[in-house]
Amino acid sequence: MRRITCAVNGVQREAEVEPRQLLVYFLRETLGLTGTNVGCDTSSCGACTVMVDGKTVKSCTMLAVQADGTEITTIEGLASNGELHPLQEAFRQHHGLQCGYCTPGMIMAGLGLIQDGSGMSDAEVRLGLEGNLCRCTGYQNIVTAIQEAATTLRQPADVQGGSE
Amino acid sequence: MTQVAEPEAAKQFVGGGVLRKEDPELLTGQGRFIDDIALPGMLWMSFVRTPVAHANLTRVDVSAALEMPGVVAAFSGQDLASEWAIGMPCAWPIADRVLPEEPTADPRIPDHWPVAQDKVRYSGEIVAVVVADSREHAADAIEAVEVDYEELPVVTSAEQALADGAQVLHESLGTNKVYTWGFKNGDVDRIFDEAPVVVKQRYYHPRLIPNAIEPRGVVVSPVASQGEFTIYSATQIPHILKVLMALVTGIHEAKIRVIAPDVGGGFGSKLNFYAEEAIAVAVAKRLGVPVKWIEERSEGYLATIHGRDVTQDMEVAATEEGKLLAARVKLLCDFGAYSQLVTPGIPILGAWLYHGPYHADAYGFECVGAYTNKTPTDAYRGAGRPEATYAVERIMDALALRVGKSAAEIRELNLIPRFTEAKEIASGLSFDSGDYPASFAKAKELAGYDEVRREQAERNPRVASEGKGKLLGVGISTYIEMCGLAPSQVLAALKYGAGGWDAATIRCHPTGKVTVITGTSPHGQGHVTTWSQIAADALGVTPDDVEVLHGDTAISPTGMDTYGSRSLSVGGTALYKAAEKIRAKAKRIAAHELEVSEDDLEWREGKFQVAGAPDKAKSIPEIAFSAWTAHALPADEEPGLFATAVYDPPNFTFPAGAHIAVVEVDTETGRTEIVKYVAVDDCGTIINPIIVDGQVQGGVAQGIAEALYEEAIYDDDGVLVTGNMSTYRVPSAAELPNFTLDRTVTPSSTNPMGVKGIGEAGTIAAPPAIVNAVADAVRAVGVDFIDLPVSAERVWRAIHSARGGGDGERAAPDTGTGAASMTPQASAFGDADERSEGGAQ
Repeated sequence: MRRITCAVNGVQREAEVEPRQLLVYFLRETLGLTGTNVGCDTSSCGACTVMVDGKTVKSCTMLAVQADGTEITTIEGLASNGELHPLQEAFRQHHGLQCGYCTPGMIMAGLGLIQDGSGMSDAEVRLGLEGNLCRCTGYQNIVTAIQEAATTLRQPADVQGGSE
Repeated sequence: MTQVAEPEAAKQFVGGGVLRKEDPELLTGQGRFIDDIALPGMLWMSFVRTPVAHANLTRVDVSAALEMPGVVAAFSGQDLASEWAIGMPCAWPIADRVLPEEPTADPRIPDHWPVAQDKVRYSGEIVAVVVADSREHAADAIEAVEVDYEELPVVTSAEQALADGAQVLHESLGTNKVYTWGFKNGDVDRIFDEAPVVVKQRYYHPRLIPNAIEPRGVVVSPVASQGEFTIYSATQIPHILKVLMALVTGIHEAKIRVIAPDVGGGFGSKLNFYAEEAIAVAVAKRLGVPVKWIEERSEGYLATIHGRDVTQDMEVAATEEGKLLAARVKLLCDFGAYSQLVTPGIPILGAWLYHGPYHADAYGFECVGAYTNKTPTDAYRGAGRPEATYAVERIMDALALRVGKSAAEIRELNLIPRFTEAKEIASGLSFDSGDYPASFAKAKELAGYDEVRREQAERNPRVASEGKGKLLGVGISTYIEMCGLAPSQVLAALKYGAGGWDAATIRCHPTGKVTVITGTSPHGQGHVTTWSQIAADALGVTPDDVEVLHGDTAISPTGMDTYGSRSLSVGGTALYKAAEKIRAKAKRIAAHELEVSEDDLEWREGKFQVAGAPDKAKSIPEIAFSAWTAHALPADEEPGLFATAVYDPPNFTFPAGAHIAVVEVDTETGRTEIVKYVAVDDCGTIINPIIVDGQVQGGVAQGIAEALYEEAIYDDDGVLVTGNMSTYRVPSAAELPNFTLDRTVTPSSTNPMGVKGIGEAGTIAAPPAIVNAVADAVRAVGVDFIDLPVSAERVWRAIHSARGGGDGERAAPDTGTGAASMTPQASAFGDADERSEGGAQ
């Protein structure tokens, strides 16, 4: 067992983990954050996508011990004060989910594209989502939701009244 | 029952794009899926599965596993044999029969035990169970179980299975044949003998892996002292599972509660009774503590049912002009090793649809099924109807070529004209309503059909002569399907082991709020929202006033669950009927309270109003309160305002529509790019257009996946070569286009709301649209025939072969698709040489 410390959704967490434990099971079973789902065993589906130090990671491809000292955001960390995050809201408005199983990973992947400045054309968003599989929606509404959230989230700082 | 006025002005939510009530929890990670359930003292199960496809089990020794860390128990098939009252159930056993003959034999349904007892028949079948204190310990310990296999010859195709001297899988049956089942309607053979034009073609529909993104799983919580079991399962069918579990385990049905939590997609793969569910109950019963199993994806590729794997010999007879006279088909189905819940019945769901939405005079259908050493097939989105639609829509293109018409002309000539009341068709069914020419006309317009054809005529000859570039192709699929399996008497004639009805209960609370309890069990379809809209309009409340409960047999004891696009047309209609009962009772109470005759009341703006005096009115919430207090009810009126309706439809519903794909095929890589995909669907009355469009988009994506990418391939030893998500290609967003959607609305004559169903339409319609388009494109470079899936590799090989370059000598370019077999499917019915499409040369 090894002790690790990481900040998950802004809360400092400390735990003893087995060296072979995957990050996704640390999140789900040790921390009880079951929003992040597991859909395959070949790192193909992306249902387990989370943010580690601001970058999207398939949490089934990373050991919990590798997350020592990192900042992690999961789907549970997006909404605040009972308000959906703009990307969550866009998924709702555009019916970007059906069964909802791929949704947490899909939202984190979409957020990664928005935050890293990726292009937002249909083709660019679709390529950016290549690592996340959805079997219900046919993706079109997911692409639309991400594009719309990007326009909200990428408004120039002066419009938002920010200081950057 | 009292006649109740139709709600008029109150109809404000049905048809509107109400946002889904299901979404907030799913968007925030608060969904509760099967793997999110953890109970105190819970143990984990893991299964030893045979890697050998066919063998006698000579030894299964679990003793070493018992010594592994954290292991609590381990069982072989023999250890658990005493737990089963009967084997795994097949609810759709079909016997040999060619109508009008009587059945000549009993259905051939072999014993199928949750854990194999003396023989294994497909790679992935369970041979032992290990129970441990953690997921990891259970997974580790299965490695310690020792199994000796005495290998037997392996049968990997239906044709092999039925050949003389084939290794028989099930000794008790003495044959691998499951059945020959068919019927004829009209003078079909004479018409084929005499028709001026006969076109025949063999199509092979590959084996598919459903791939719901949530793997299966089950948690069983026992109350040992009471002999009670709560089963949480990622299932589409909690109600059916409860009945079957009682039969298989012998446990009193009332002691079993099944809960389907949030279920992460199904597509038919969770419409089954699975070994792991039964084993979980048996183990929980033996150990007296909760047990859990969560499927690993690669495990699921073997352990969860597959779909399709059907060879179809399709024929049409026509006039010289291309007017359809008759359709006839013979199917050869590879059902895999056992009959799962409805395995034998799947082809029957398409059996009447092999003349599509086209007029014909006569019809013949015959299906032969066989057991092989592969994972059992069963319902996968569309179930029987994609096969039929694919064969019909492809042969219509072949017929067009044969008679010198375009793909559009042949359809316009043959589509049944608009009708609004039930109409008998050549196969013997009655279609409910349809306006097939209207949806086709709309689709052509949206696709810019004529313009694309002009561009194609200019471009393709140039590409063909230059030997490089992108060929343009157009594919049409004017499909029809049937949903809402019903009525129950017809299902009895088909030996379907359940009814076609469903149930709904409405409880109007004294606070004005409403609870709806449905017998359907959604897993992504948005029933909570749609049912809220129906109830809101029917009762004069808002969708937010309505709480919809489902998927728990303790809360909704009566239901037939969700599959076959049945939920709205059957379960939704049950809700509509329950609301009629509520309004009938509420009207009696309103008349009493307003001191008028019932005849003086009108249902307007969601209330009962006295005619001519709209200020004198009573709403359902008001009446619910007075029905609850029961202070001043009419004589003989029971307190409370609640009602249950059980609805058994008089007929199927028949959604239809027209899909058109425009594709570009790169002659150098074989890769297909979808330039435009138009879907014009007619699912009757629309309750929620957002949800309907979502169902179409998802269905079309799955159909395109089937057309371009997906194929489960076994080697000669019965090993699944495409055994995980990295070798079996489920397409991502990057491989799929945007879709152009529109609709026509032709209300069904089957049910009062006029709804038809939309869950499977896209998956049924899309494969022939895509393959017809690709075939249309590569015809310009001399490819006469190409079949599913039109992967880049297969198209490249076909083009290369047509150019005289052979098809297997050189490696195909790396196109990222899985391996695709080019072996022509040999015939089980003769005529194996009939490979060129429509004989058009």
